[in-house]
Amino acid sequence: MAYGMVLFVIAVGLSITLGLMRFVNLSHGAFAMVGGYCAALLVREAQWNFWVAVPAAVALTAALGAVLEASVFRHLYRRKELEQVLFTIGLSFVLIATTNALAGPQVQLIPLPPALAGPIDLGWRTLPAQRLLVIGAGLGIAALAAWVVAYTRFGIWLRAAVDHGGTASSLGIPIRVVQCASFAAGAGLAGLGGILGAELMPLEPYYALKYLVLVLVVVSVGGMGSIAGSLVAAVALGLIETASKYLASDWGSLFFFVAMAFLLAWRPNGLLKR
Amino acid sequence: MNTQSVLTTQATPEAAAQAQPRCASPWLAPAILLAAGALACLMLPDQLGLLTRIFVTALLVLSLDLVVGIAGLATLGHAAMFGVGAYAAGIFALKVMPEPLLGLAVGVVAGAALALASGAFLLRYQGFTFLMLTVAVAQIVLSLAQKARGWTGADDGLSGFGIDPLFGRFAFDLEGRVAAWYALAVLVLVLHLLSRLVNSPFGLAVRGIHENRARMAALGTPIYVRLLTMYTIAGAVAGAAGALSAQTNAVVGLDSLSFGLSAEILVMLILGGAGRLYGAVIGTVVFTLLHHTAASINPYHWLFVVGFLLMGVVLVPPARLLGFVRRRMGALQ
Repeated sequence: MAYGMVLFVIAVGLSITLGLMRFVNLSHGAFAMVGGYCAALLVREAQWNFWVAVPAAVALTAALGAVLEASVFRHLYRRKELEQVLFTIGLSFVLIATTNALAGPQVQLIPLPPALAGPIDLGWRTLPAQRLLVIGAGLGIAALAAWVVAYTRFGIWLRAAVDHGGTASSLGIPIRVVQCASFAAGAGLAGLGGILGAELMPLEPYYALKYLVLVLVVVSVGGMGSIAGSLVAAVALGLIETASKYLASDWGSLFFFVAMAFLLAWRPNGLLKR
Repeated sequence: MNTQSVLTTQATPEAAAQAQPRCASPWLAPAILLAAGALACLMLPDQLGLLTRIFVTALLVLSLDLVVGIAGLATLGHAAMFGVGAYAAGIFALKVMPEPLLGLAVGVVAGAALALASGAFLLRYQGFTFLMLTVAVAQIVLSLAQKARGWTGADDGLSGFGIDPLFGRFAFDLEGRVAAWYALAVLVLVLHLLSRLVNSPFGLAVRGIHENRARMAALGTPIYVRLLTMYTIAGAVAGAAGALSAQTNAVVGLDSLSFGLSAEILVMLILGGAGRLYGAVIGTVVFTLLHHTAASINPYHWLFVVGFLLMGVVLVPPARLLGFVRRRMGALQ
């Protein structure tokens, strides 16, 4: 469950850029990595409080996303998918090499505050507090993101800007600001996912590529741009992955990908799309 | 090769018979490749291992070009066919007989069989769904190879098989001279065959599907059958590359099935230019040489180099750069 939630938090950011903005962003895993590294360094080296460092790290990742969007990515929106894929893979490589040069190849740990380190008794069973936080944050983000996209003015602007940029901008919608902000939000969510998932997916320079496939699978199974679909897909695939690790560990990720192939073959446009 | 010529060729067969589409001779590129490869083998006798790797990888990238460049299907699971060909050739040499050419044929058949089986399922989908499904197929094959330890050796790799002398005369020596010439010969032969293939009516039909699927369907081209045939041929070539790699290295590892390899060969193809077969060869040579020099300094520097290279290729496509250079040259004259 917690594994699925981490997948979901990272995937929902990608779902926004990939589904709503139609931009194939394979450097998404790299953004998650940047978020995790920022948090680890701020807490450990700069001795910041955990609760201050996490929002700061998310903000930093979002800022990086905004800068990149404003400088480079906006020229690529109209390019072909393959070119976007190649560019963002290249960017991931550069970010991996940079992270390695700055922080070294060892696994980074984010020290937890005492309130999160201990277990919590829920009555019927005890769970680590960190897992609970992850699940809670995942559900919270799902609700928030669905609400923003469906009901707020910003969500309407975003969908308008994607569906018909020219018309939207002639109606006075600041589409550049909208695109930049939503890209930054996607990057920030990736960063948050990287921080929350650091316990389950160890942070190291190759993190960006290792989990990229998983996140892409979640987005494509869930349906692009569908937040509820991503949630369902992430939880279901997370459960399958965890269960198959316990029950048949020597089969590796076989069941995960078989399940994905079946789901995609059954619903090529995503689980919750018609 | 532009849209117009392809579509008119299809629309009026009589006209096409009169005016052959303007294509390069299928002999030119293979001849240049043969000369350059032979020269490299003779000039650099202590780099034969690297040259063999270039030849084998170029063969794999060629087969990827059939899928990505000609048929227009973006795939990130092409390593599956390569790996299956490699394992098939390795297991054949270990358990049946170590004849190199028969082993090559076994690799070809294995690659083609996997491509046919997976393509029959995959090609019903398009675009992003197709891309993700190719990833899934490759990962499933990888998991199976990991599980079948008795056959593949799993993480330890498949090794311990010897290869008989080629034609019963040329033994695979330690310097790798026979291996390099063998790989070069297969590569040149395949490049020639594929150059004929892509300019045949069948190849042009597949290109037409790439350019405009709806129009080709309206013209009566059986889209699914054409694409499946092309995918199977690409699988056969990838299997041949895999078999070559198994025979020249005498070891097959799980990395021959990995996602990383699929992504890397895509990078090589784009670097050299997709849709033109010689582009695949050029891209492989450039990429492998860069990799060789940069990675010997520091593996992370290598990521830096290839990352910036990729971003550069997207921002300034090689074709545009070539056009720019041509214009400058024209201005000089």
